[in-house]
Amino acid sequence: MKIHEFQGKEILRRYGVAVPEGRVAHTPGEAEQIAEELGGKVVVKAQIHAGGRGKGGGVKVVSSSAEARQAAKAILGMQLVTHQTGPDGQKVKQVLVEKASDIESEFYLGITLDRAQSKLVVMASSEGGVEIEQVAAESPEKILRETVDPAVGLQSFQASRLAFGLGFEGKQVRAAASLIMKLYQAYVGADCSIAEINPLVTTKDGQVLALDAKINFDANGLFRHKDFASLRDLDEEDDLEVEASKFDLNYIKLDGNIGCMVNGAGLAMGTMDIIKLAGGEPANFLDVGGGASAETVENGFKILLSDPNVKAILINIFGGIVRCDRVAEGVIQARKNIDVNVPIVVRLAGTNADIAAKMLEESEMDFAVGHGLKDAAEKAVAAIQ
Amino acid sequence: MSVLVDENTKVFVQAITGSEGSFHTRQMLEYGTKVVGGSTPGKGGQEFEGLPVFNTVAEGVAATGANASIIFVPAPFAADAVMEAADAGIELVICITENIPVDDMVKAYHYVQARSTRLIGPNCPGIISPGKCKIGIMPGFIHEPGRIGIISRSGTLTYEAVGQLTERGLGQSTAIGIGGDPVIGTRFVDALALFKDDPDTDAVVMIGEIGGTAEEEAAQYIKAHYDKPVIGFIAGRTAPPGRRMGHAGAIISGGKGTAEDKMAAMRDAGIYVCESPAEIGETVAKALS
Repeated sequence: MKIHEFQGKEILRRYGVAVPEGRVAHTPGEAEQIAEELGGKVVVKAQIHAGGRGKGGGVKVVSSSAEARQAAKAILGMQLVTHQTGPDGQKVKQVLVEKASDIESEFYLGITLDRAQSKLVVMASSEGGVEIEQVAAESPEKILRETVDPAVGLQSFQASRLAFGLGFEGKQVRAAASLIMKLYQAYVGADCSIAEINPLVTTKDGQVLALDAKINFDANGLFRHKDFASLRDLDEEDDLEVEASKFDLNYIKLDGNIGCMVNGAGLAMGTMDIIKLAGGEPANFLDVGGGASAETVENGFKILLSDPNVKAILINIFGGIVRCDRVAEGVIQARKNIDVNVPIVVRLAGTNADIAAKMLEESEMDFAVGHGLKDAAEKAVAAIQ
Repeated sequence: MSVLVDENTKVFVQAITGSEGSFHTRQMLEYGTKVVGGSTPGKGGQEFEGLPVFNTVAEGVAATGANASIIFVPAPFAADAVMEAADAGIELVICITENIPVDDMVKAYHYVQARSTRLIGPNCPGIISPGKCKIGIMPGFIHEPGRIGIISRSGTLTYEAVGQLTERGLGQSTAIGIGGDPVIGTRFVDALALFKDDPDTDAVVMIGEIGGTAEEEAAQYIKAHYDKPVIGFIAGRTAPPGRRMGHAGAIISGGKGTAEDKMAAMRDAGIYVCESPAEIGETVAKALS
């Protein structure tokens, strides 16, 4: 789960990570007021989930509260386009107004899971402000790593080693090492999947500060953090995806025109792939899970048909414990209850697939039956040509 | 022959009286799996389908001699169940549960690694040696005993591959669902090593998906150490970057973990790479001929 920068900084603050003073504003007036309280010299930062906000014009440094008002006026309501938002951009509904820092130097600091080792890894680099992937590609030697032993957690000597490695000196070594330890505590304590500070800065007056914060939560850990539910921003998510999540459907919208409904994530991806191979474009990823009852199928139809791009639907179910005749019943029922005005191709395999195929054929409804994965995909593509 | 499980494997079910556990215990018994008992804390002393129920895994192992366990324990407590099984000396632990927090699994993974236990999963369909032993939630009837090994990160896509093989008269020695999570007990490399030493496995099918670098590691291993034919498929060529495609581990992040990279690494290692999930059966047949 993604959250905004200001929410991420709130989490960091809880764990004692030093962040600049600031608050979120929803109107230019609020922004002016906050800037006033902070002494006028502030940064106004668009709050959207995508990165690259500065380049897109979503971050402005100003030197008075009146200018802060102007900056907020310009940013609030804009469609901010970054390399992560897609061409339409994302509408800015709130800005973070923060005390400006006199930056001396910038660093990168991040924690995530190293899947190859099944351990957490803390990464740091003196190339602050640059995307870590870019540093990794261009100058991998500039990335310092400390792998965390899960039995004991990150140790102080590791944090110090990173601080020295980044070139910190004097009192700042201890401040940086302490910040690294606190970021680690935040990562583990809040069940994060990413905790990234880019840039981490030293200021002219000697502070070590987290100037930005990218915090993602492990969705599977959310049951331990009931209070995080309020951090979800539905405006940042696709409407159909939000709707699908209400039905416990795993749905991701894509740009194609063949809607697909599949049981199992791997097979759902495989179905998207084979649609493409057959010359079509998948409109979505939809895993209806192990159940695939009449109700799930009906809800799946509703979601697929809410996407105006969908011109045909491919249902691909490999029945295991789920019986295909039950699924067929669901498809027929859903077809009766909902006005489906696009061609439907159904491919059912596994338990009771033969009975199911007969039911579909005898239902007097307009289904094309796919015999095998390839045939089903080709029929779906042919249906829209 | 087969790897890891056969007709002599004694299976213990953790959360045997729950809805998932009880349903699949019946299914496994029906398949002929030697289920010897199970656990549900607080229900020790009861019976389920004539099998003894224990409060703890340790008690169950002492009483039944179980050497494998399958876990249906809900996500918040599943990592604990994995460690309990390892502590009780179970040799093979299969964790079906999905949605386990990553941090819990990191701890459980290393706990298991330090003991003489092998973990399969979590978030997997389990393992089956057709005709001998099914420890999992897969439909048994689509399988046939045979000489092809299967390793897969996905559930239903494995069924798809199995179905295609069985249709062509190609049976399976053992099919292992290794799971769709970022932290799993048995990775492609580990499972490949098992099939390498199995005299009754002629070829191996590996079904991967986007996310992580486990397939690339497997390709390197195959290039250096393998002489059996390996047939591969990677799901998610059309998946957008940065989105989690159902499985917690299926995500392209920072340009890493794309299907193209994995397929290229696999081709480079001499693996027969299927372009389409519908071609797995025929590619295996070709590789064997």
